[in-house]
Amino acid sequence: MSVADRTPPWTSSGTCRIGFRLSRLEDGLDFLNAFVAFANFVMLPAVAYGSQLALGALGVTMIYGILRFSNFAHGDTMAFGAMATILGTWWLQAMGVSLDPFPTALLALPAGIAATAVFVLITDRLVYRFYREQKSAPVILVIVSMGVMFVTNGLVRFVIGVDEQRFADGARFIITAREFKELTGLKEGLAIKSTAMLTVVVAIIVVAILFWFLNRTRTGKSMRAFSDNEDLALLSGINPERVVMFTWIMVAALATVAGVLYGLDKSFKPFNYFQLLLPIFASAIVGGLGNPIGAIAGGFVIAFSEVTITYAFKKVAGYLIPAWEPQGLVQLLSTDYKFAVSFGILIVVLLFRPTGLFRGKAL
Amino acid sequence: MTLKLRDMTLFLAVLALIAATGFLQSWNVALGILNMGLVSAIMALGVNMQWGYAGLFNIGVMGFLALGGLSTVIISKPPVIEAWDAGGPRVIFALLVGTAAIVAAILAWRRIPVGKARAPALVAILVVGFFVYRWLFDPAVAAIEAVSPARAGNLGGLGLPILIAWPVGALLAAGAAWVVGKTALGLRSDYLAIATLGISEIIIAVLKNEDWLSRGVKNVSGIPRPVPYEIDLQNSERFVERVSGFGFDPVTASTITVKLAYAGLFLAVLLLLLWLAQAALNSPWGRMMRAIRDNEVAAEAMGKDVTARHLQVFILGSAVCGLAGAMMTTLDGQLTPASYQPLRFTFLIWVMVIVGGSGNNFGAVLGGMLIWYLWVMVEPLGVALIGGITAGMPDGFWLKEHLLETAAHMRLLTMGLILLLVLRFSPRGLIPER
Amino acid sequence: MSDPFLIGDSLSGGYGRGVDILHSCTISVNEGEIAVIVGPNGAGKSTAMKAVFGMLDLHEGSVKLGGEDISHLSPQDRVARGMAFVPQNSNTFTSLTVEENLEMGAFLRRDDISGTMAQVYELFPVLKEKRRQTAGELSGGQRQQVAVGRALMTRPRVLMLDEPTAGVSPVVMDELFDRIIEVARTGISILMVEQNARQALEIADRGYVMVQGQNAFTDTGEALLADPEVRRSFLGG
Repeated sequence: MSVADRTPPWTSSGTCRIGFRLSRLEDGLDFLNAFVAFANFVMLPAVAYGSQLALGALGVTMIYGILRFSNFAHGDTMAFGAMATILGTWWLQAMGVSLDPFPTALLALPAGIAATAVFVLITDRLVYRFYREQKSAPVILVIVSMGVMFVTNGLVRFVIGVDEQRFADGARFIITAREFKELTGLKEGLAIKSTAMLTVVVAIIVVAILFWFLNRTRTGKSMRAFSDNEDLALLSGINPERVVMFTWIMVAALATVAGVLYGLDKSFKPFNYFQLLLPIFASAIVGGLGNPIGAIAGGFVIAFSEVTITYAFKKVAGYLIPAWEPQGLVQLLSTDYKFAVSFGILIVVLLFRPTGLFRGKAL
Repeated sequence: MTLKLRDMTLFLAVLALIAATGFLQSWNVALGILNMGLVSAIMALGVNMQWGYAGLFNIGVMGFLALGGLSTVIISKPPVIEAWDAGGPRVIFALLVGTAAIVAAILAWRRIPVGKARAPALVAILVVGFFVYRWLFDPAVAAIEAVSPARAGNLGGLGLPILIAWPVGALLAAGAAWVVGKTALGLRSDYLAIATLGISEIIIAVLKNEDWLSRGVKNVSGIPRPVPYEIDLQNSERFVERVSGFGFDPVTASTITVKLAYAGLFLAVLLLLLWLAQAALNSPWGRMMRAIRDNEVAAEAMGKDVTARHLQVFILGSAVCGLAGAMMTTLDGQLTPASYQPLRFTFLIWVMVIVGGSGNNFGAVLGGMLIWYLWVMVEPLGVALIGGITAGMPDGFWLKEHLLETAAHMRLLTMGLILLLVLRFSPRGLIPER
Repeated sequence: MSDPFLIGDSLSGGYGRGVDILHSCTISVNEGEIAVIVGPNGAGKSTAMKAVFGMLDLHEGSVKLGGEDISHLSPQDRVARGMAFVPQNSNTFTSLTVEENLEMGAFLRRDDISGTMAQVYELFPVLKEKRRQTAGELSGGQRQQVAVGRALMTRPRVLMLDEPTAGVSPVVMDELFDRIIEVARTGISILMVEQNARQALEIADRGYVMVQGQNAFTDTGEALLADPEVRRSFLGG
């Protein structure tokens, strides 16, 4: 950690800046500037990141709710989906196809989802189904998922390598900080990255489709019924293998979308997806494992906490309390400790409300 | 329990594999594999205690190994006097204050009756504690890290013999395990898994970022050794005379002697641990552990305190991992926080335990050595295999170049496949539990 | 007397490789009639019913439905043949709404289910009122109604109920029995296991008193109620 991060957040220099304010208007602007800075550096990134986590956590929670194990391969499934989409994007780009101002990856997304669905269905057929038929303990399935994680990880590295891959094209910003400043006359700029916006819009669409499917279609309802009470679902003639198949397909779609959005917004690096496992699981557990609404809520709780706690509030504080000129960054934790945030929230939830914010278990 | 002929054969087969490397490639490489294999075997023993004895799912092995690594720095490196003068006591005081705040919060939670005051009191103690801690901690750290950052920038260690770091590493890991176990044991097994995954990532983050402690990504090199240095041997006339008498090249002989010395040390520790682990497993305590694992509800009904026993074995297993971590860093001679990767230091250990035979200490040892051997050898084999496959392709062909480039990643794929195949067709491993 | 519609004939078996729980036990029910299995705790009442439904490993005896041997069929296949089973515990999808519970009951059907659903709502008016609520929010008696309703959605020929009145108040119990009689009048055979032997036998066309996995007494409900020995041993005088 650099020395600069270390200055205590509240130390103020001796010099005070309490001067005569020109007018109340300026106070109002200061407040606006503070808000814009906060929105720019905390709210927008957290909303985008929260959407990505929510999509990831939805996949984890669906597998937990229906297949009844914690899938440690999920991060790598996301990487696989993103990889498949990237390959498709490159091909489209080479063919000269473009969706400007939207990223070409959106066009490749359906193919990426299909490839990932095929991949997870093959995994299920070759690996998981055997243990399902044996009625193995969940913890065995978790270990099996570890094996799948290795293989998927190896496969992704084998195909696309370990390096960072960029595949975002199209417009970078909906509005740049400079444009925003010119538009509003404020000192602070609000840059809206198109990928962040896209993340939110796509996530909303995907979640809406998911909930429509789960709550309105026969198959979706049968999945919820199966998750709720497996024996009774069997008595009602619900075919478990069909439920499992649909679950995997939906998980593949969720994982691919989450992986692609994360890759577009940040960048694609296989190892990063493995590292997402902790915040994703934290989101799912915080929300209540097996509960889709909980997964979404958990994703945003984790994302907002992570971004807020690791953000240096110096600028915001400067606008809000002009008298106080902090020497430090006014940062609670350095960004290197973002895992600690997921972990801390996770521990608090485990200690005080082990079932999660929304009671988990059934979809 | 005695080893069956089949088990002996398996052990001999692994040794033969390593020996073959010695004959075909070089004894330096073979001994290198052997040494790390022995350390891996100890790691596997630790994980086997948790998973095999008690069914606890720890995927934070990496963190406990790293704590062991940290202990080598704390114990054996000479102290950086200027840094201590600059802020040593202050940092320690700050850490004590931080700990006190947490303890106070826990006590408050326990003592204050359930009511409206409890949660605010808890939050208030933690928030105030955090700010006081940062207020004490940050300037002290800044002062320490300002002391010749290129060379030191950290507090250094106690300057004690390196071997002391091994048990201390075990203690550090045990302490961390106690904290994790206290919070996550007694909950569902996957929660423990996630909690351990989290703590291990945090430990690595601490090592990478707390320069005052571990120099972060600047690494700590030159950690003292428990065995002689090659260069000293080469300069020792007696050594040169003796090995020349056998007709060996002094340089090669010195490296091999050093590695053999390590092997001897590691083997001694491994045998001691194996003996202890066997004794524990076959004691009433071990039988109770397995009874709890096989039927928690029944054991609880019989009056066994399942959570307390789990905590015990979780701490023990983590301590063994910490010991192994200290040994590994000693072998490397340097602490490189950025090199700790979960796939290599957590999940690979799991492959060792599962392949070797969970619940069986000998199995864990065998798995540790065998999987380590494969981990090392799969890469060159993969490259050779790909080389063979692509031999027929024209030079510059994109597929050929791509395959050659990525052949190194065959490892993860192979390990995953081995794990899946063993789980599917021989779930009890090479040397099953008896 | 012609062959009964559903008969479990001299069934012997147990769970898995465990010891036998049933010993040559026979249970049958005619079309549109109510058959009740009563007996002391641990007599194997529920086990007998589960054996008829195919949830037990039989090594003797056979189960016939409408003259066809169905002994080898899985429970799921028996559902498809027109048998519906209401387990004693967790017999609703608690996180699904009442209406969704009924829809799931009709999962195997591909035709229009609105008619059957209207019938169920007619039978249990309170369910229609609460059809948008999740089953978990309902009272115990209402949940039993959901469970029975779910089973009826398959338009079964036989409805099997495992202690449907367990844990509900006497008023609710009477009400539930009335409904069960109504169901039987529509031509559906009812086979049920009951703890409340006296009330159950009152509505039973056929009663089975089981003891230690065997048939102890078999007769019409009325006759069993009148039998002094049954009264003394099982009905508390």
